[in-house]
Amino acid sequence: MTTIDLYRTVRLIRRFEERAIEYVRSGEIVGGIHPYVGQEAIAAGVCAALRADDLITSTHRGHGHVLAKGVNPARMFAELMGRESGLNKGRGGSMHAADFGLGILGANAIVGAAGSIATGAAWAQRRLGKSTVAATFFGDGAVNEGMLLEAFNLAALWHVPVVFVCENNGYATTMPVDSAVAGSITGRAKAFGIPSFTIDGQDPEKVLAATTAAVDRARAGKGPTFLECTTYRFDAHHTFEHRTRLTYRSTEELSAGWSRDPVEIQGARLAPEDRAAVDAEVEALLDAAAGIALGSAHPDPSAALQYLYSSPEVFS
Amino acid sequence: MPKLSYLKAMNRALGDELAADDRVFLLGEDIRVAASNLTAGLFGRFGPDRVLDTPLSEQAFTNFATGAALVGMRPVIEFQIPSLLFLVFEQIANQAHKLALMSGGQCKVPVTYVVPGSGSRTGWAGQHSDHPYSLFAAVGVKTVVPSNPADAYGLLLSAIRDDDPVVVFAPAGALGFREDVDFSTLAPVPLGVGRIARPGSDVTVVALGHLVQDALAVADELAGVASIEVFDPRTVYPLDVAGLAESVARTRRLVVIDDSNRTSGFGAEVLAVAAERFDLVARPRRVTRPDGAVLPFALALDRAVQPGRDDLVAAIRGVLEGDEQ
Repeated sequence: MTTIDLYRTVRLIRRFEERAIEYVRSGEIVGGIHPYVGQEAIAAGVCAALRADDLITSTHRGHGHVLAKGVNPARMFAELMGRESGLNKGRGGSMHAADFGLGILGANAIVGAAGSIATGAAWAQRRLGKSTVAATFFGDGAVNEGMLLEAFNLAALWHVPVVFVCENNGYATTMPVDSAVAGSITGRAKAFGIPSFTIDGQDPEKVLAATTAAVDRARAGKGPTFLECTTYRFDAHHTFEHRTRLTYRSTEELSAGWSRDPVEIQGARLAPEDRAAVDAEVEALLDAAAGIALGSAHPDPSAALQYLYSSPEVFS
Repeated sequence: MPKLSYLKAMNRALGDELAADDRVFLLGEDIRVAASNLTAGLFGRFGPDRVLDTPLSEQAFTNFATGAALVGMRPVIEFQIPSLLFLVFEQIANQAHKLALMSGGQCKVPVTYVVPGSGSRTGWAGQHSDHPYSLFAAVGVKTVVPSNPADAYGLLLSAIRDDDPVVVFAPAGALGFREDVDFSTLAPVPLGVGRIARPGSDVTVVALGHLVQDALAVADELAGVASIEVFDPRTVYPLDVAGLAESVARTRRLVVIDDSNRTSGFGAEVLAVAAERFDLVARPRRVTRPDGAVLPFALALDRAVQPGRDDLVAAIRGVLEGDEQ
């Protein structure tokens, strides 16, 4: 993975999210989204360390993870717009985006839930004779969920090839991390004997390096690693904040956050003309993707419960 | 013919499926030593990769099973007591059950949840005596309550082979039930197909699990009074409405005995189906636990809040008398 590839990913996620926010405001996306703006370096760095057949699980703030793992942005836009051509055929939406063909077992709207799902999937892959690794993303809020701590225990006990990626963006919705977490975030994992590291989550190359070491360790059969990536959410918890105008962060704090923009950090490592070329490439890609999504069909209402059961005839 | 107990039949089903399909594995608390006897002998036969003894981490290991299912395994979880299902209701109802639809059909979640010893075991008090099958049926999770050894074998086999999450409730009151079984006839029993446990022509009694034995005993007791048909749905959800309709079309009278709380329980559902679809000559009745029931400890109090044979006799008599009004 080269410098320019990491830049392409963070830039793609940033512009995808900015466009998605516009589509929420124009009504093309119903229900809103949880923007990933500011946290792009983590998705880019982690997914760059993974093989195509490795697995990820994601969060309610999951667009960046899914894009970094390689989904087609047209199918991702279409999913957010509830179209039949979406990743989940319009049945999942922003908080459930999944692409099993790319090893994306789904974004999950229950904080802390996906860590145990990823642990089981990674364990099962090893049982099935595969050398794949799972990376599971969660926020700082999730480290207060018992279910996730139980998963740490299982993963450490059974040397499961899983990388726990905590995106510490400072807030669980509006609750500051210092008001929510007793002890330390890495201490949660250390208690289970899991090697734990705090890394700069604004720098894609630092995230990539740390994740590469964790993935190598998992693939070598040495079990889980915990990465606390410190980051900052530049935008709202959810797009509804633009209407409710919640005030829980100062202007000074927000501008301090923007001063460490992962797109700028990675972009500064490129020659200006190379950067401009990537930017143009990303815009063209997203123009085409949005066009495809906007032109896609809506699902047929009579198929609202399609896919619920494997044997639907039993229920007729 | 040899005798087969209900619990041994389930043990046999697990062993047969572990042997037949390498993707099947068991997980749960104390299953290595088979504390409940459900998994007796299986650790020695299949080893630690197939019979996974878990720490007390119900929420994580329930999702762990979901994750394993997402990549092609067929996990079977044993929960030693029914109340643990309250702890993992989110993981079953909100995760496992929803993932197939939410992913647009990209995945299947073939996890089986087995509860050997659901309902009252007398003397286990409030937090060990629930029988929460109505709860799972209400959210659309496939829910099975076998009543006899052959069905316990066949329904568990079908649950494991089903591509959706399935909860199998083995009532405590049925575990010791034994019957003569020709082992060569043991076979999968399809989900969603009920059976007539005893044919009759005057009243249809719908009973589940251990209550089927109670219904059969009451039918014998009332043989001189009325010809009672006992219908065992076997699967709570999906419910065999067509099978039930056939029975009720003949008897025109309906009583349901259900070890759930009264409000929004399985009994309420059967009566709602009857109100919508059946042409009855008497108002139907239900025999249930009371509203909001919590089973008290003392034996007499425990029994007082469970649906019993006397209540069933009274309900059947009421339905028969209702005909004469």
